[in-house]
Amino acid sequence: MTGAQLENILKKHDYQKSSLLAILQDVQALDNYLPRKTLEAMSQRLQVPLTQIYYLATFYRAFSLTPRGDHLVTVCTGTACHVKGAATILNTLERELAVQPGETTSDKKYTLETVNCLGSCALAPLVVLDGHYHGRMVGTKVLSLLKGDKKDASKKS
Amino acid sequence: MPLKSPDELEQLRTKILEERKAQGEKKGIVLCTGTGCRGAGASEVFDAFKKALGKKSAIEFKSTCCHGFCERGPITIVEPLGIFYQGVTPADVPQIIAETVTKGQVIEKLLYRDPATGQTIPTEKAIPFYTKQNRLVFGNNRHLDPTRIEDYMAMGGYKALVKALFHMSPEEVIEEIKRSGLRGRGGGGFPAGRKWESCRKAHGDIKYVICNCDEGDPGAYMDRSLMEGNPHSVLEGMLIGAYAIGSSEGYVYVRNEYPLAVENVGIAIEQATKMGLLGKDILGSGFDFSLVINKGGGAFVAGESSALMASIEGYVAEPRAKHIHMTESGLWERPTNLNNVETWANVPVIIEKGADWYASIGTQGSKGTKIFSLVGKINNTGLIEVPMGMTLREIVYDIGGGIPGGKRFKAVQTGGPSGGCIPESLLDLPVDFDELTKAGSMMGSGGMIVMDESTCMVDVAKYFMHFLKDESCGKCTSCRDGTLRMYEVLDAITKGKGKEGDIEFLEEIGWMTAEASLCALGGSAANPVLSTIRYFRDEYEAHISAKRCPAGVCTELITFTIDPKACIACGKCRKGCPTEAITGEKKVPHKIVQAKCIKCGTCREVCPSDAVKVA
Repeated sequence: MTGAQLENILKKHDYQKSSLLAILQDVQALDNYLPRKTLEAMSQRLQVPLTQIYYLATFYRAFSLTPRGDHLVTVCTGTACHVKGAATILNTLERELAVQPGETTSDKKYTLETVNCLGSCALAPLVVLDGHYHGRMVGTKVLSLLKGDKKDASKKS
Repeated sequence: MPLKSPDELEQLRTKILEERKAQGEKKGIVLCTGTGCRGAGASEVFDAFKKALGKKSAIEFKSTCCHGFCERGPITIVEPLGIFYQGVTPADVPQIIAETVTKGQVIEKLLYRDPATGQTIPTEKAIPFYTKQNRLVFGNNRHLDPTRIEDYMAMGGYKALVKALFHMSPEEVIEEIKRSGLRGRGGGGFPAGRKWESCRKAHGDIKYVICNCDEGDPGAYMDRSLMEGNPHSVLEGMLIGAYAIGSSEGYVYVRNEYPLAVENVGIAIEQATKMGLLGKDILGSGFDFSLVINKGGGAFVAGESSALMASIEGYVAEPRAKHIHMTESGLWERPTNLNNVETWANVPVIIEKGADWYASIGTQGSKGTKIFSLVGKINNTGLIEVPMGMTLREIVYDIGGGIPGGKRFKAVQTGGPSGGCIPESLLDLPVDFDELTKAGSMMGSGGMIVMDESTCMVDVAKYFMHFLKDESCGKCTSCRDGTLRMYEVLDAITKGKGKEGDIEFLEEIGWMTAEASLCALGGSAANPVLSTIRYFRDEYEAHISAKRCPAGVCTELITFTIDPKACIACGKCRKGCPTEAITGEKKVPHKIVQAKCIKCGTCREVCPSDAVKVA
């Protein structure tokens, strides 16, 4: 993120300290994570201690302090997905990508994450790959999804 | 141009209705593009309809949000006949237009087929999933394009606001809500009218109203669907509430994971502002009200009222002690009234139809209807709205269509991470705030997760403790460490490391967590554990004493074997196994080498002859 981009975001929120959460959301939307340099600059510009910014950034699930991979794989672990086998799907992905939820593969290709519920319980268990919903997942289907199997129906949401 | 009086609003409504009447009973297509249907491919169906109909079509094409029957999405309804099509794909679009819309012919293969009778049912009204519901609040979604305020107007929208602003004093509005018996739909079930009254009576000239759309309860999505599908009903409720309380500023706090809800409520605010239904001197009444949207950061605890207000103020969402109520000192230390989406959406209905009418629905202590998300091991997954007091049996079997695959019902989990599991013996329990609490669960925001014999109740308790230990804000030791300790014990039990006394330890620590924590999240955190111990103690004991998981879920306590009689030696499991734990060749029944097996379940999933057994 350039200094000008950050300045635009801060300006949009009127340099209000109370808008910190919204500012962080905008930074994350642009960079896909919260770079330390940006947070430091933000701390300077808003005259807010860096610790307070980190307090927010680490409290809320929506933020990441490390760069994410090219592709984001999100496993819904809501209750409906859980009783329909989300844990198996997550285990399969952890094994295949060799990462834990919240981590990125060493080739920076995939980031694996979980979400508490996406409100698409009729499609449980659900996996989201780069914003595309893939419902009624099973272990083998999720593997073919990763391999970019074109036959797998992908639905934009 | 902003509307300046109730008359101008009525004139506009008459104009919209006359225009629609002049067009006659138009042929039309209604497509659900709510989140559930989108996930099932409704966006592609939408594009296909747009393309096929072109720009100047005489056929009215409307895209709405959730109709509730998510299991069967994408859902399309052909008007004026009301033909209900399910599981529609882009390939079906030309046929729907050519046959049903143009000629009125019904396409059999797209109709809903009643699993009980095997008969197809052509209209929505006749489908058992819908017939037993009373869709007071949620039913309008089907008629509304949420991005068009005209649709809401045509249905009588903002009439209740006019009634409140011009024919009722604020005190009368509060009295009406009190008499209706409306209780907060977000979880606690506090009487809404009483909350409004104490906020009105609180000292201070600046007061706030807040709509809580931080629906963090996993498995519940009714607030999302209301906000996405009928945002004006929420705004109207908030306007009436703000007038009654004496507030001119409000906030809508929406969960980060709900982008469509943010978008639709944003459009609704913009349209209402343009029409003069938000802003200064609304309809010439002298009443001012404006609304701001806040996006959450993805924290379950942010749904707690004091935590939510801290989040709006730009701090982390930590609850505070409530010796002083939010209605006295809430957001920016000013009197604040917070209700959730569904509560607000009930308000216009009550004001328009009257408290007596509303109070005639429901039970003694819980009035009106409630929207539930009926999900999990159930045939008809979706959102349902039923009168308070309907029994669980009616909900699960009559509306939900029972358990798939002929499996046996085990429990229904209500109230999310704060609730509990209700067993089969209580299926005739009338569902309302008080009965659920008595059964050791709670209403919560209305999640209902159905579980069958293949669901392990210890695993479910562990699941919720895992959730809660992650989501606990960490302010109170009792909640932060209590949920963690309970998780650790449950984790050990599911791994065959449970020991005598674990159940008693869980009960003790659960009690302590509930007693010593500040907010309702900690106060109810032990419910998933305590309720499963209460009703499914035998399952805990099987895990601890016999090192056995009766439901066949806990991987460390189960083994996968191949039944040589059922095995057709096709080799699929051998190829699929990630650890090469399966031996065998063509025509020789396969075997699993237990030392290599990681119990991932792939073999069972790919086996065409159901030969992989779990015990």
